[in-house]
Amino acid sequence: MQCDVCHKNEATVHLTEIINSKMTKLHLCEQCAREKSAEMEEHFGLADLLSGLADLVPIVGEKQNAAAEVKLKCSSCGFTFQDFRKTGRLGCPKCYDTFGAQLSPLLKKIHGSDTHIGKTPLKKEAVQNKLALLSDLKVKLEASVRSEEFEQAARLRDQIRALERKNRK
Amino acid sequence: MQGNEEMRLEDLLYKKSEWLKGTGPKSDIVISSRVRLARNINGFQFFNWAKQKEKEDILCAVKAAIEKSKFLKKSLFLRMKDLTEIDRQFLVERHLMSMEHVIEPEHKGLLVDDRETVSIMINEEDHLRMQVLQSGFNIIEAWRISNEIDTDLGKRMHYAFSPRWGYLTACPTNTGTGLRASTMLHLPALVMTNQIGKVFQAISKLGLTLRGFYGEGTEAIGNFFQVSNQVTMGHSESDLMDKINGIVDKLVKREETTRNILLSRSRDEISDKIWRAYGTLKSARIITSNEAIKLLSAIRLGVDLGIAKEIDKALINELFVLTQPAHLQKIEGKLLNPSQRDYKRADIIRKKLTEGK
Repeated sequence: MQCDVCHKNEATVHLTEIINSKMTKLHLCEQCAREKSAEMEEHFGLADLLSGLADLVPIVGEKQNAAAEVKLKCSSCGFTFQDFRKTGRLGCPKCYDTFGAQLSPLLKKIHGSDTHIGKTPLKKEAVQNKLALLSDLKVKLEASVRSEEFEQAARLRDQIRALERKNRK
Repeated sequence: MQGNEEMRLEDLLYKKSEWLKGTGPKSDIVISSRVRLARNINGFQFFNWAKQKEKEDILCAVKAAIEKSKFLKKSLFLRMKDLTEIDRQFLVERHLMSMEHVIEPEHKGLLVDDRETVSIMINEEDHLRMQVLQSGFNIIEAWRISNEIDTDLGKRMHYAFSPRWGYLTACPTNTGTGLRASTMLHLPALVMTNQIGKVFQAISKLGLTLRGFYGEGTEAIGNFFQVSNQVTMGHSESDLMDKINGIVDKLVKREETTRNILLSRSRDEISDKIWRAYGTLKSARIITSNEAIKLLSAIRLGVDLGIAKEIDKALINELFVLTQPAHLQKIEGKLLNPSQRDYKRADIIRKKLTEGK
């Protein structure tokens, strides 16, 4: 399809305008679309772009999957995947776990990767430090056994057990 | 900190922002370097999805945590809903916050340090958006400062973080490092020689993006461009920084060689263009913001090329910001409609150029 403005390039942007209940369709090439950008800015807003991106998450696939996706709801904040499709934003940090399977391909599309590399927060009780915390505690346990501080050792042992139980879950 | 907020906000008007000083490495081409980190607190919903009460709780929790930080002792906290729209716009023009903070001020806050290098938006799209601005090509320093503040704040609140996804943000385009590093470049020679299109293409292939003077969705006026990383996940902070540094370095060199070629081939034409711009700005009685920025850009180039040596670059930098709508209205102390602003703008430019010689 040719661009309605320059009649030269292939139209890649398709605009439907409804003004006073009259619908007009405009097919533009990228360049003409950009020139029209002042009035089109809202059409290219980030939210739209993102909800466009969310559509990249395959909806077709198996019907079962689609049905399961519709039912998906974040237990922490009540956000649904449909909400995400609409807004391009998530409801709360827990949503990343709830919609992990859907977000993973989307993140790959956006970033070329779905795995974080880089800084992690220092806070001890933070999840990512569980393993470090565990080895820390074990070292302390050995030390307190050696110095015969058995009360302290017992406390440490309980902490380690609790952590390990959590990790297994 | 309350009570004298208005006074301190007014102080900013007559202070030059750090990033306008025109100092730092390669400051003839790189105006400023900026690092922005997006963070959220665990246990709260993301701002836009949270209920009113929760939004207010987030604001209070973040404010309390920030106020304890030793890095932000001398800073000004502003509640957006306490400010007029002009004041909020004024802060955007100084690159201290985004337009989103102007439009819906409820439950939003801003913290600015006394040198205007650090600013933290509370409850923008994410609970925290901290930004460090530096003059010139100084992205590594901007990262060093923001990293330090972030680490400190991370001890005072529990960030939403997952080992797999990294820092969790409301929008998946920021997840991972939550880092957006950008530099603002003045590339008049690349524009004049029609090379900027190629630059756009090359940059997008590298996962970086080019934007206008006021960030996302703004037009590139006055040959100013922002180069920033698009991707935030799967690369470490230092990798992202290296990438930006590498491309900015190439752009700077390209702009430098093009400027030299232009100078050797058409020195007279360039000099004519620059002095005409100067003449217009020194004589005009009515001037729009776009025209002013374009002409100021030409003069800036003149200063950098040594054609208009006697003009102070910091003054030209300052005029870019002083002639923005909210700044004009704050200087005048009352609301001005667009045509009144065009008069006022011409006035200020004439006065400053005559004094500042």
